[in-house]
Amino acid sequence: MATLHTVNKSPFMTQTLLSCINHAKDGDAILMIEDGVYGGMAGTGLSDAVAAKAASLNICVLTEDLEARGLDAGRLVEGVSAVGYDGFVDLVAETDRTQAWL
Amino acid sequence: MSDTKKFLYVNRRAPYGTIYALESLEVVLIGAAFEQDVSLAFLDDGVFQLTKGQKTDGLGVKNFSPTFRALGDYDVTKLYVEKESLEERGLSEADLQEIMYEDEDDDWEEKPSIRIVSRAEMVDIMSDQDVVLSF
Amino acid sequence: MKFGVLISEGPYTHEAADTAYNFVKSAIAKGHEVPRVFFYHDGVNVSTRLSVPPQDERNIQKQWTALAAEHGVDLVVCIAAAQRRGILDENEASRQGKDANNIAEGFRISGLGQLIEMGIQTDRLVTFGD
Repeated sequence: MATLHTVNKSPFMTQTLLSCINHAKDGDAILMIEDGVYGGMAGTGLSDAVAAKAASLNICVLTEDLEARGLDAGRLVEGVSAVGYDGFVDLVAETDRTQAWL
Repeated sequence: MSDTKKFLYVNRRAPYGTIYALESLEVVLIGAAFEQDVSLAFLDDGVFQLTKGQKTDGLGVKNFSPTFRALGDYDVTKLYVEKESLEERGLSEADLQEIMYEDEDDDWEEKPSIRIVSRAEMVDIMSDQDVVLSF
Repeated sequence: MKFGVLISEGPYTHEAADTAYNFVKSAIAKGHEVPRVFFYHDGVNVSTRLSVPPQDERNIQKQWTALAAEHGVDLVVCIAAAQRRGILDENEASRQGKDANNIAEGFRISGLGQLIEMGIQTDRLVTFGD
Protein backbone atom coordinates (compact mmCIF):
# COMPACT_ATOMS: atom_id res chain seq x y z
CA MET A 1 0.00 0.00 0.00
CA ALA A 2 2.44 2.61 -1.17
CA THR A 3 1.92 6.27 -1.92
CA LEU A 4 3.39 8.38 -4.70
CA HIS A 5 4.23 11.83 -3.35
CA THR A 6 4.78 14.65 -5.81
CA VAL A 7 6.78 17.73 -4.87
CA ASN A 8 6.83 20.76 -7.17
CA LYS A 9 8.62 23.37 -5.07
CA SER A 10 12.28 24.17 -4.83
CA PRO A 11 13.44 23.03 -1.37
CA PHE A 12 15.47 26.21 -1.13
CA MET A 13 12.25 28.23 -1.22
CA THR A 14 9.85 26.21 0.95
CA GLN A 15 9.90 23.38 3.49
CA THR A 16 7.67 21.24 1.29
CA LEU A 17 10.25 18.63 0.32
CA LEU A 18 11.33 18.18 3.93
CA SER A 19 7.74 17.88 5.08
CA CYS A 20 7.07 15.34 2.36
CA ILE A 21 10.15 13.29 3.30
CA ASN A 22 9.09 13.41 6.94
CA HIS A 23 5.66 12.03 6.04
CA ALA A 24 6.69 9.36 3.56
CA LYS A 25 6.58 5.72 4.57
CA ASP A 26 9.25 3.18 3.70
CA GLY A 27 8.44 1.86 0.25
CA ASP A 28 6.75 5.06 -0.90
CA ALA A 29 7.85 6.94 -3.98
CA ILE A 30 8.65 10.65 -4.24
CA LEU A 31 8.63 12.32 -7.63
CA MET A 32 10.11 15.80 -7.88
CA ILE A 33 8.51 17.83 -10.65
CA GLU A 34 8.65 21.44 -11.85
CA ASP A 35 10.89 23.50 -9.49
CA GLY A 36 10.88 20.48 -7.20
CA VAL A 37 13.63 18.89 -9.32
CA TYR A 38 16.24 21.11 -7.64
CA GLY A 39 15.68 18.94 -4.58
CA GLY A 40 17.35 16.01 -6.33
CA MET A 41 20.65 17.76 -7.03
CA ALA A 42 23.88 16.52 -5.52
CA GLY A 43 26.19 18.87 -3.66
CA THR A 44 23.54 21.07 -2.10
CA GLY A 45 22.72 21.78 1.52
CA LEU A 46 19.89 19.30 1.28
CA SER A 47 21.60 16.48 -0.58
CA ASP A 48 22.43 14.58 2.60
CA ALA A 49 18.80 14.66 3.77
CA VAL A 50 17.70 13.29 0.40
CA ALA A 51 20.50 10.71 0.20
CA ALA A 52 19.59 9.44 3.67
CA LYS A 53 16.17 8.46 2.35
CA ALA A 54 17.23 7.17 -1.05
CA ALA A 55 17.44 3.60 0.19
CA SER A 56 14.04 3.37 1.89
CA LEU A 57 12.12 5.50 -0.64
CA ASN A 58 11.98 5.44 -4.42
CA ILE A 59 13.06 9.02 -5.13
CA CYS A 60 12.76 10.25 -8.71
CA VAL A 61 12.90 13.50 -10.62
CA LEU A 62 11.04 14.30 -13.83
CA THR A 63 13.52 14.29 -16.71
CA GLU A 64 11.69 16.90 -18.78
CA ASP A 65 11.76 19.41 -15.90
CA LEU A 66 15.41 18.59 -15.19
CA GLU A 67 16.44 19.18 -18.80
CA ALA A 68 14.43 22.39 -19.05
CA ARG A 69 16.56 23.74 -16.22
CA GLY A 70 19.87 22.81 -17.81
CA LEU A 71 20.43 19.81 -15.56
CA ASP A 72 20.87 16.14 -16.28
CA ALA A 73 20.77 12.87 -14.38
CA GLY A 74 24.54 13.11 -13.74
CA ARG A 75 23.88 15.96 -11.32
CA LEU A 76 21.55 13.95 -9.08
CA VAL A 77 22.11 12.60 -5.60
CA GLU A 78 23.20 8.96 -5.74
CA GLY A 79 20.17 6.71 -5.54
CA VAL A 80 17.86 9.32 -7.07
CA SER A 81 16.75 8.47 -10.58
CA ALA A 82 15.37 10.47 -13.48
CA VAL A 83 12.12 9.33 -15.10
CA GLY A 84 10.16 10.81 -17.99
CA TYR A 85 6.42 11.35 -18.20
CA ASP A 86 6.04 7.65 -19.06
CA GLY A 87 7.70 6.84 -15.76
CA PHE A 88 5.47 9.35 -13.98
CA VAL A 89 2.40 7.57 -15.35
CA ASP A 90 3.80 4.20 -14.27
CA LEU A 91 4.49 5.48 -10.75
CA VAL A 92 0.88 6.66 -10.43
CA ALA A 93 -0.41 3.31 -11.65
CA GLU A 94 1.95 1.20 -9.52
CA THR A 95 1.26 2.98 -6.25
CA ASP A 96 -2.07 2.98 -4.42
CA ARG A 97 -2.63 6.72 -4.23
CA THR A 98 -0.98 9.96 -5.23
CA GLN A 99 -0.49 12.79 -2.79
CA ALA A 100 0.55 16.20 -4.08
CA TRP A 101 2.69 18.33 -1.75
CA LEU A 102 1.76 21.72 -3.11
CA MET B 1 -17.79 -3.62 -3.87
CA SER B 2 -18.64 -0.72 -1.65
CA ASP B 3 -19.00 2.72 -3.18
CA THR B 4 -17.55 4.31 -0.06
CA LYS B 5 -14.03 5.55 -0.35
CA LYS B 6 -11.74 7.10 2.19
CA PHE B 7 -11.17 10.76 1.31
CA LEU B 8 -8.49 12.80 3.02
CA TYR B 9 -8.33 16.56 2.62
CA VAL B 10 -4.81 17.73 3.35
CA ASN B 11 -4.51 21.32 4.56
CA ARG B 12 -0.95 22.65 4.68
CA ARG B 13 -1.56 26.35 4.10
CA ALA B 14 -2.51 29.24 6.32
CA PRO B 15 -5.82 31.05 5.82
CA TYR B 16 -6.34 34.50 4.18
CA GLY B 17 -2.94 34.90 2.51
CA THR B 18 -4.27 32.67 -0.24
CA ILE B 19 -7.72 31.31 -1.05
CA TYR B 20 -6.75 27.64 -0.75
CA ALA B 21 -8.04 27.13 2.79
CA LEU B 22 -11.44 28.62 2.03
CA GLU B 23 -11.88 26.77 -1.26
CA SER B 24 -10.76 23.53 0.41
CA LEU B 25 -13.52 23.96 2.95
CA GLU B 26 -16.01 24.48 0.13
CA VAL B 27 -15.01 21.10 -1.33
CA VAL B 28 -15.41 19.43 2.05
CA LEU B 29 -18.92 20.84 2.46
CA ILE B 30 -20.04 19.79 -1.01
CA GLY B 31 -18.29 16.44 -0.69
CA ALA B 32 -20.17 15.66 2.51
CA ALA B 33 -23.30 15.00 0.45
CA PHE B 34 -21.58 12.03 -1.19
CA GLU B 35 -21.45 10.09 2.07
CA GLN B 36 -17.83 9.05 1.78
CA ASP B 37 -15.50 8.34 4.70
CA VAL B 38 -14.04 11.84 5.11
CA SER B 39 -11.08 12.99 7.18
CA LEU B 40 -9.28 16.32 7.28
CA ALA B 41 -5.57 16.63 7.99
CA PHE B 42 -4.00 19.84 9.24
CA LEU B 43 -0.23 20.00 9.19
CA ASP B 44 2.51 22.52 8.49
CA ASP B 45 0.91 25.99 8.12
CA GLY B 46 -2.50 24.33 7.79
CA VAL B 47 -2.76 24.29 11.59
CA PHE B 48 -3.16 28.09 11.47
CA GLN B 49 -6.58 27.58 9.86
CA LEU B 50 -8.02 26.32 13.13
CA THR B 51 -6.85 29.02 15.53
CA LYS B 52 -9.50 30.76 17.57
CA GLY B 53 -10.15 34.48 17.65
CA GLN B 54 -9.84 35.14 13.92
CA LYS B 55 -11.19 38.62 13.09
CA THR B 56 -11.26 39.68 9.47
CA ASP B 57 -13.33 42.86 9.68
CA GLY B 58 -10.22 44.94 9.11
CA LEU B 59 -9.45 43.08 5.91
CA GLY B 60 -12.95 43.26 4.54
CA VAL B 61 -12.94 39.53 3.73
CA LYS B 62 -15.16 36.79 5.06
CA ASN B 63 -14.08 35.07 8.28
CA PHE B 64 -14.67 31.43 7.41
CA SER B 65 -13.26 29.92 10.58
CA PRO B 66 -16.72 29.47 12.20
CA THR B 67 -17.59 27.15 9.31
CA PHE B 68 -15.29 24.52 10.81
CA ARG B 69 -17.66 24.32 13.77
CA ALA B 70 -20.51 23.40 11.42
CA LEU B 71 -18.72 20.41 9.94
CA GLY B 72 -20.19 18.06 12.52
CA ASP B 73 -23.65 18.74 11.07
CA TYR B 74 -22.30 17.40 7.78
CA ASP B 75 -20.96 14.24 9.45
CA VAL B 76 -17.40 15.47 9.01
CA THR B 77 -16.04 14.67 12.43
CA LYS B 78 -12.40 13.67 11.97
CA LEU B 79 -10.09 16.68 11.99
CA TYR B 80 -6.57 15.42 12.55
CA VAL B 81 -4.08 18.08 13.66
CA GLU B 82 -0.40 17.29 13.77
CA LYS B 83 1.21 17.92 17.13
CA GLU B 84 4.69 18.61 15.75
CA SER B 85 3.31 21.22 13.34
CA LEU B 86 1.60 22.99 16.25
CA GLU B 87 4.72 22.91 18.40
CA GLU B 88 7.01 24.15 15.62
CA ARG B 89 4.73 27.18 15.37
CA GLY B 90 4.54 27.85 19.09
CA LEU B 91 0.94 26.69 19.30
CA SER B 92 -0.89 24.20 21.45
CA GLU B 93 -4.36 22.72 21.40
CA ALA B 94 -5.51 25.61 23.61
CA ASP B 95 -4.93 28.00 20.69
CA LEU B 96 -7.41 26.14 18.49
CA GLN B 97 -11.14 26.67 18.44
CA GLU B 98 -13.34 24.06 20.03
CA ILE B 99 -15.07 21.99 17.39
CA MET B 100 -17.64 19.47 18.59
CA TYR B 101 -19.95 16.92 17.01
CA GLU B 102 -22.81 14.83 18.34
CA ASP B 103 -22.03 11.13 18.14
CA GLU B 104 -25.16 9.42 16.87
CA ASP B 105 -23.73 6.03 17.82
CA ASP B 106 -23.21 7.10 21.41
CA ASP B 107 -26.53 8.65 22.47
CA TRP B 108 -25.67 11.93 20.70
CA GLU B 109 -22.92 12.65 23.15
CA GLU B 110 -20.90 15.76 22.31
CA LYS B 111 -17.34 14.89 21.35
CA PRO B 112 -14.40 16.89 20.02
CA SER B 113 -13.78 16.69 16.27
CA ILE B 114 -10.19 17.88 16.60
CA ARG B 115 -7.84 15.00 17.29
CA ILE B 116 -4.23 15.90 17.97
CA VAL B 117 -1.99 13.26 16.45
CA SER B 118 1.75 12.74 16.29
CA ARG B 119 3.61 12.94 13.00
CA ALA B 120 3.93 9.15 13.00
CA GLU B 121 0.18 8.81 13.42
CA MET B 122 -0.37 11.33 10.64
CA VAL B 123 1.78 9.21 8.34
CA ASP B 124 -0.42 6.21 9.08
CA ILE B 125 -3.60 8.23 8.49
CA MET B 126 -2.29 9.48 5.15
CA SER B 127 -1.30 6.04 3.99
CA ASP B 128 -4.72 4.58 4.81
CA GLN B 129 -6.67 6.61 2.21
CA ASP B 130 -8.16 5.98 -1.19
CA VAL B 131 -8.21 9.59 -2.35
CA VAL B 132 -5.96 12.38 -1.08
CA LEU B 133 -6.94 15.92 -2.02
CA SER B 134 -4.33 18.59 -1.28
CA PHE B 135 -5.12 22.25 -1.29
CA MET C 1 -6.60 2.19 -15.33
CA LYS C 2 -8.76 5.28 -14.86
CA PHE C 3 -7.01 8.50 -13.79
CA GLY C 4 -8.80 11.61 -12.56
CA VAL C 5 -6.85 14.85 -12.74
CA LEU C 6 -7.26 18.00 -10.65
CA ILE C 7 -5.67 21.25 -11.81
CA SER C 8 -5.63 23.91 -9.13
CA GLU C 9 -3.39 26.60 -10.52
CA GLY C 10 -3.73 29.04 -13.41
CA PRO C 11 -2.02 28.88 -16.80
CA TYR C 12 1.19 30.66 -17.85
CA THR C 13 2.20 31.92 -14.38
CA HIS C 14 2.52 28.40 -13.04
CA GLU C 15 3.71 25.22 -14.71
CA ALA C 16 0.85 23.14 -13.29
CA ALA C 17 -1.43 23.22 -16.34
CA ASP C 18 1.47 22.26 -18.63
CA THR C 19 2.62 19.44 -16.37
CA ALA C 20 -0.93 18.14 -16.18
CA TYR C 21 -1.31 18.30 -19.95
CA ASN C 22 1.91 16.35 -20.55
CA PHE C 23 0.89 13.83 -17.90
CA VAL C 24 -2.57 13.27 -19.37
CA LYS C 25 -1.17 12.89 -22.89
CA SER C 26 1.34 10.30 -21.67
CA ALA C 27 -1.28 8.44 -19.65
CA ILE C 28 -3.60 8.17 -22.64
CA ALA C 29 -0.70 7.15 -24.92
CA LYS C 30 0.09 4.34 -22.48
CA GLY C 31 -3.46 3.03 -22.68
CA HIS C 32 -4.91 4.53 -19.51
CA GLU C 33 -8.20 6.37 -19.47
CA VAL C 34 -8.58 9.95 -18.29
CA PRO C 35 -12.34 10.40 -18.18
CA ARG C 36 -12.29 13.80 -16.51
CA VAL C 37 -10.05 16.74 -15.66
CA PHE C 38 -11.35 19.12 -13.00
CA PHE C 39 -10.25 22.76 -12.88
CA TYR C 40 -10.33 24.47 -9.49
CA HIS C 41 -8.89 27.56 -7.78
CA ASP C 42 -7.08 29.65 -10.45
CA GLY C 43 -7.04 26.54 -12.63
CA VAL C 44 -10.42 27.69 -13.95
CA ASN C 45 -8.56 30.42 -15.88
CA VAL C 46 -7.32 27.77 -18.31
CA SER C 47 -10.83 27.65 -19.76
CA THR C 48 -11.18 31.19 -21.11
CA ARG C 49 -11.22 31.30 -24.88
CA LEU C 50 -10.18 34.97 -24.79
CA SER C 51 -6.51 34.45 -23.99
CA VAL C 52 -4.22 35.30 -26.89
CA PRO C 53 -0.65 34.18 -26.17
CA PRO C 54 2.08 35.09 -28.70
CA GLN C 55 1.98 32.87 -31.81
CA ASP C 56 5.27 31.17 -31.05
CA GLU C 57 4.00 30.04 -27.62
CA ARG C 58 1.69 27.19 -26.81
CA ASN C 59 -1.95 28.09 -26.30
CA ILE C 60 -2.83 26.15 -23.17
CA GLN C 61 -6.59 26.42 -23.59
CA LYS C 62 -6.40 25.18 -27.19
CA GLN C 63 -4.21 22.26 -26.17
CA TRP C 64 -6.85 21.11 -23.69
CA THR C 65 -9.73 21.72 -26.09
CA ALA C 66 -7.98 19.57 -28.71
CA LEU C 67 -7.20 16.83 -26.20
CA ALA C 68 -10.82 16.76 -25.08
CA ALA C 69 -12.06 16.50 -28.66
CA GLU C 70 -9.63 13.76 -29.58
CA HIS C 71 -9.94 11.59 -26.48
CA GLY C 72 -13.31 12.48 -25.02
CA VAL C 73 -11.88 13.95 -21.81
CA ASP C 74 -14.56 15.74 -19.80
CA LEU C 75 -13.11 19.16 -18.87
CA VAL C 76 -15.07 20.43 -15.88
CA VAL C 77 -14.63 23.91 -14.46
CA CYS C 78 -15.79 24.52 -10.89
CA ILE C 79 -18.70 26.94 -10.93
CA ALA C 80 -17.96 28.63 -7.60
CA ALA C 81 -14.30 29.18 -8.46
CA ALA C 82 -15.23 30.25 -12.01
CA GLN C 83 -17.75 32.84 -10.89
CA ARG C 84 -15.23 34.44 -8.55
CA ARG C 85 -12.76 34.76 -11.41
CA GLY C 86 -15.05 35.84 -14.22
CA ILE C 87 -15.31 32.59 -16.16
CA LEU C 88 -18.85 32.24 -17.52
CA ASP C 89 -20.73 30.11 -19.98
CA GLU C 90 -23.78 31.31 -21.86
CA ASN C 91 -26.25 30.16 -19.23
CA GLU C 92 -24.38 31.65 -16.32
CA ALA C 93 -23.78 34.92 -18.16
CA SER C 94 -27.48 35.38 -18.75
CA ARG C 95 -28.39 34.21 -15.24
CA GLN C 96 -25.96 36.70 -13.71
CA GLY C 97 -26.96 39.51 -16.06
CA LYS C 98 -23.53 39.69 -17.72
CA ASP C 99 -23.07 40.87 -21.30
CA ALA C 100 -20.60 38.20 -22.39
CA ASN C 101 -19.33 34.71 -21.76
CA ASN C 102 -15.84 33.36 -22.27
CA ILE C 103 -15.72 29.62 -21.78
CA ALA C 104 -13.88 27.71 -24.49
CA GLU C 105 -15.12 24.75 -26.48
CA GLY C 106 -14.66 21.43 -24.73
CA PHE C 107 -14.97 22.89 -21.23
CA ARG C 108 -18.15 22.90 -19.16
CA ILE C 109 -19.01 24.62 -15.91
CA SER C 110 -20.39 22.47 -13.13
CA GLY C 111 -20.33 21.96 -9.40
CA LEU C 112 -17.69 20.70 -7.00
CA GLY C 113 -19.65 17.47 -6.79
CA GLN C 114 -18.03 16.56 -10.10
CA LEU C 115 -14.64 16.58 -8.36
CA ILE C 116 -15.83 14.25 -5.62
CA GLU C 117 -17.54 12.02 -8.19
CA MET C 118 -14.26 11.87 -10.12
CA GLY C 119 -12.50 10.75 -6.94
CA ILE C 120 -15.07 8.02 -6.44
CA GLN C 121 -15.19 6.79 -10.02
CA THR C 122 -11.50 6.76 -10.96
CA ASP C 123 -8.70 4.51 -9.72
CA ARG C 124 -6.24 7.34 -9.05
CA LEU C 125 -6.54 11.05 -8.53
CA VAL C 126 -3.55 13.17 -9.47
CA THR C 127 -3.35 16.83 -8.45
CA PHE C 128 -1.35 19.55 -10.17
CA GLY C 129 -1.12 22.93 -8.48
CA ASP C 130 1.27 25.27 -6.80
